[in-house]
Amino acid sequence: MMQTRMMAVASGAVLALGMTACSGGNTTSTANNPGGSTTVQNAAVSKVYKPSTTKGGTLRFGLAGDFDSIDPGDTYYAYSWNFLRNYARTLVVFKSAPGAQGTKLVPDLAKTLGVPTDGAKTWTYKLRDGLKFEDGTPITSTDIKYGVARQLDKDTFPNGPTYFNDFLKDVPTGYSVYKDKNLADLKSIDTPDAKTIVFHLKTAFSGFDYFAQLPATAPVPVAKDTGTKYKEHVVSSGPYMFDTVQVGKKYTLKRNPNYDPKTDPDSGRLALPNNISVELGLNAADVDNRLIAGDLDVDVQGSGVQAAAQGKILNNPALKAKTDSAVSSRTWFSVLNPDVPPLNNIDCRKAVLLAADKTGYQRAYGGATGGDIATSLMPPVVPGHRAIDLYEAKAKPQGDVTAAKAELVKCGQPNGFATNISYRAERPKEKATAESLQQSLAKVGIQLTIKPYPQGDYFKLYAGKPDFTKTNKLGIMVYGWAADWPDGFGFLSQIVDSRTIRPAGNTNLGIKIPAVDAAIDKALATTDATARNAIWGNIDQMVMENAAVLPGVWSKGLLFRPDNLTNVFVNNGFSEYDYTALGTSKK
Amino acid sequence: MSTNTTPQHGDPAVRPGIEGFLQVKDLRVHFPTDDGVVKSVDGLSFNLERGETLGIVGESGSGKSVTSLSIMGLHPPGTAMISGQVVLNGDSLVGASPEHIRKLRGKNMAMIFQDPLSAMHPYYTVGHQIIEAYRIHNHVSKQVARKHAIDMLDRVGIPQPNQRVDDYPHQFSGGMRQRAMIAMALSCDPELLIADEPTTALDVTVQAQILDLIRDLQQEFNSAVIIITHDLGVVAELADDILVMYAGRSVEYATAHEIFTAPQHPYTWGLLGSMPRLDREPTERLKPIQGTPPSLINVPSGCPFHPRCTYAELNGGASETDRPEFVEISPRHFLACHLSEQDRQRVWDNDIKPTL
Amino acid sequence: MLTYIIRRLIAAVVLLVVVSAVVFSIFFLVPRIGGATPDDLASRYVGKSAGAEQIHQTAVKLGFTDPIYAQYGRFAKGIVVGQDYNYGPAVEHCPAPCLGYSFITQNPVLPDLLDRLPVTLSLAAGASVLWLVGGVATGVVSALKRGSLLDRSSMGVALAGVSLPIFFTGLLSLSIFSYGLGWTAPGGANPMDATNPLDWAYTMILPWITLAFLFAASYARLTRAGMLETMNEDYIRTARAKGLRERDVVIRHGLRAALTPILTIFGLDLGLLLGGAILTETTFSLPGLGQYAVQAITNNDLPKVLGVTLLGAVFIIMANLVVDLLYAVVDPRVRTQ
Repeated sequence: MMQTRMMAVASGAVLALGMTACSGGNTTSTANNPGGSTTVQNAAVSKVYKPSTTKGGTLRFGLAGDFDSIDPGDTYYAYSWNFLRNYARTLVVFKSAPGAQGTKLVPDLAKTLGVPTDGAKTWTYKLRDGLKFEDGTPITSTDIKYGVARQLDKDTFPNGPTYFNDFLKDVPTGYSVYKDKNLADLKSIDTPDAKTIVFHLKTAFSGFDYFAQLPATAPVPVAKDTGTKYKEHVVSSGPYMFDTVQVGKKYTLKRNPNYDPKTDPDSGRLALPNNISVELGLNAADVDNRLIAGDLDVDVQGSGVQAAAQGKILNNPALKAKTDSAVSSRTWFSVLNPDVPPLNNIDCRKAVLLAADKTGYQRAYGGATGGDIATSLMPPVVPGHRAIDLYEAKAKPQGDVTAAKAELVKCGQPNGFATNISYRAERPKEKATAESLQQSLAKVGIQLTIKPYPQGDYFKLYAGKPDFTKTNKLGIMVYGWAADWPDGFGFLSQIVDSRTIRPAGNTNLGIKIPAVDAAIDKALATTDATARNAIWGNIDQMVMENAAVLPGVWSKGLLFRPDNLTNVFVNNGFSEYDYTALGTSKK
Repeated sequence: MSTNTTPQHGDPAVRPGIEGFLQVKDLRVHFPTDDGVVKSVDGLSFNLERGETLGIVGESGSGKSVTSLSIMGLHPPGTAMISGQVVLNGDSLVGASPEHIRKLRGKNMAMIFQDPLSAMHPYYTVGHQIIEAYRIHNHVSKQVARKHAIDMLDRVGIPQPNQRVDDYPHQFSGGMRQRAMIAMALSCDPELLIADEPTTALDVTVQAQILDLIRDLQQEFNSAVIIITHDLGVVAELADDILVMYAGRSVEYATAHEIFTAPQHPYTWGLLGSMPRLDREPTERLKPIQGTPPSLINVPSGCPFHPRCTYAELNGGASETDRPEFVEISPRHFLACHLSEQDRQRVWDNDIKPTL
Repeated sequence: MLTYIIRRLIAAVVLLVVVSAVVFSIFFLVPRIGGATPDDLASRYVGKSAGAEQIHQTAVKLGFTDPIYAQYGRFAKGIVVGQDYNYGPAVEHCPAPCLGYSFITQNPVLPDLLDRLPVTLSLAAGASVLWLVGGVATGVVSALKRGSLLDRSSMGVALAGVSLPIFFTGLLSLSIFSYGLGWTAPGGANPMDATNPLDWAYTMILPWITLAFLFAASYARLTRAGMLETMNEDYIRTARAKGLRERDVVIRHGLRAALTPILTIFGLDLGLLLGGAILTETTFSLPGLGQYAVQAITNNDLPKVLGVTLLGAVFIIMANLVVDLLYAVVDPRVRTQ
């Protein structure tokens, strides 16, 4: 009796959810909108949907969770780097343009891209004229040097990337701008005049422009720097400045009166809305509901809608027409641990690669919506990507049992072997991956025992700790990696360079190929972009030839674009909607 | 409004020339339950004047309390089937609207209960409860009502009434608490007071005080009093008339003097015989009435007492089949029994009287 | 009475110390049992690509390399005397009681708590009034009309209220009432941003009703049971015998007595809720203490967790004390003890 009552309530609820889904959006899939854009799936992928130059309105962002920090010197999330271009300008920046154009760097505060000298060990930038902070004070090279220098202090700013710490020459140990207040003492960066800044590196690094686009190069006025409290009011160099800041709850931004668009001809920033609001700490499912209802404009997270909303959206043609499949620079893959026998033998590793059911891996990540079957490590959006498919992932996506068995014979395990597979316990997709592999590899006699570990400590204590993986025989480690920026160095260096391997907290879970290490060094020294990118492609090839990883899925996010968004396109530099291009038709 | 003055056979509700203040005629109170109809009161009749006290005596389950609750109209509507007549000062209560009877409660008829600790609300002061009782029927200010409450407490013999009026029921001793309840019941000068086992929960020494109090107050207010009890000693003190009930029926009704000196019903004999006496040898056993009280759903056929009556076989089977009628066997002495006059007299002289 | 209160307050302080010590131990002991070193712990609070050196520095800065009792001592000292914190350009003094600084945001914890408290208070205040009134009224009516269709259906609805999880009812109500019909505020609306009481109520009405639905259910059942019991008591019969109107009998005599255990439970529920209505706040994205607690726990941010836990404990202890005192006020029989 109670159960039927509950069933009635539950199905009533499902019905209600379904009905709101239908009522949530009322454009037909072939409506013609101003600007000549049809509302159709992927309208914002590689092109601009509803192009607009109309200014006005408030663009409403929402985030389930919080930024790690809005202080440009202390943040590491892609969505944060995407968003801060509204209030911070850096030396160079990813162009605000759809498609492959978005992976190109263009000058922002600097007049041109960096000029390398001394074998790419020194990089010089010249600043434009007329640059001002939000209060009207001019932006000088000292402000940029200060911005980079302060975030070298990882005690005060622990969250950001450490590229400058790792590459700048002669940074004193324990350097902090708060201890050594004399900026001139930091010789790694020169400011010969107010419009010139020079960086000196330890070793050659051809891709320094990618460092120059890091938020660290956003200028910070010394007098206004309040250390860990700076995030309560970041001084803006961009088209918007902070209006109200309620840390952890909500930010609002308004136009920066001292931003001169004439000093910003290359970036593609349009600064369409008059105001921007960001709500934090939202419920993830609620964010999706609000997007669909038009109550929110953008999900800052930018990785796509949740599974629940995805089902609703894909089954509703009107809603499906408002989605964009954003290809990201992220690969989901599994590392085959060469320290755990018999995977120390390359043929045994090849057996795994051949036997694995790639469609099962893809299904674990949500099927075709979740991403494309990966045939190699580097995703297609990264320049230098080549089509590499050494194990017939495309031709035989369900695996090749015969070929796998042949490899097993070669490596001396004709009847297969047993090993453990680890994954991050809180991630159901990784669990599904482990289970799928368990099934498909069992067909050739490879017995996998599934071992979940907490994701918070996955790298510090478990899969990222070589001693642990050896003792616990973690032969396969389910993993995933996104580039800090779409470039071979940004994607590969931290996961295939064996020299980054340390006792704990590793991002390279076990790839040790000397030829790869050498190639990385070569790439770092090659200043010609085309040649450099080709080397990254080669490294990808070498990793696959070594059967070091089992590629899974090149991830895609299902983004939802509400009706009042204008000028929408996916920026491949971030694999999210471009947060500096968006406008709103809602006043 | 009964004005029938000719005495009717078996109808003690009417006395020649006098109109009863409270007349109960053939009262029947039945409760339909899932197990059957509980006939708590099955044909009860009596008459009561102001200034007089009626004692209703019987075992637990004989229907005494149900009678009083029925007079007061305290059975939740729909639970009891009440038939017969109850006339209070000309006002017919059976079949009257609940609202009509509610207005009489507390004002014209009041009741005091057996356990004053559970019968008074533990969260309100005694004064508050008396004031509440008073202000239902009298539109006066709180100060006036409070003064009245203190007066009442004084009248019932509670010392320092102006302090005690603000005390809670649990702060009183048993006897004082019962006095306070009496004060509450009498606060509106009711003409009829029903006391349901007023002393059962009290010490013996306090019992006497309470009974004295009730008698004094009756004289002062000229109220009609019904005392319900299972204790013959209590009614011996107080009652003018005694009504003996068994299995929901009246079995004997006479003056108190008569009941104690010349009881006629075997049940009454049993009650008298089962009273512990100080002037007897302590080695003599208590003489309980054999058997147990009957079920009120399945009342024994004929005379309800017959399973326990030592003398039932003297009636040639009538006790098992015929319900004895309640008749007046001598002036102001009513009885429902099949025993013949002679048998009764013989048994009384030989068996009963010597043992009492 | 005064000595009683003082004794309870002393016991409260002892309890808070115990609570804080337990939280502290859990945070440090559990990873240690898993074999974690101070550096391993510190690696939770650094960026993605932090080097071993940076991790070690963080471990030192956050105090993980000190023995546990020293760390706890520092925390206790902070509460009593205050703490100094180097935020970069200068050192600031966090006055007593200082609940420390977040490992993640490096902001002081106590101002965060005080800032979020009004939101949780708003939620608790409105919802509690709704569920108390609604639940008790339903319970009284159900008890009086026991067995009727009204009784059975309201108890059925009550069962639904108790059984349906709030993240389900909450998201559903948001979908229907906020986004579908536009009657109520969307999720994430901050009630303390409201400029007038009407706005404030508008922001909160949906979370109030959803949360109240959950509690009203159990209060209805409690009241019903309590009323069924009290209405059978002798003093109810006495009240009727006095000629009191039935309405007054039910409310002044019946409900008054039945309400005592309900008020007790209400006080306790309110105390618990003030510690953070976690599910409601996360469902409606309300920036209160509950949401704060969830974030703190997810991020392993010990100072925040400690702060929220202690504050919650304070509320629960206070609620217990108030309820015990209130009992003496409500039930005179308790006073003489």
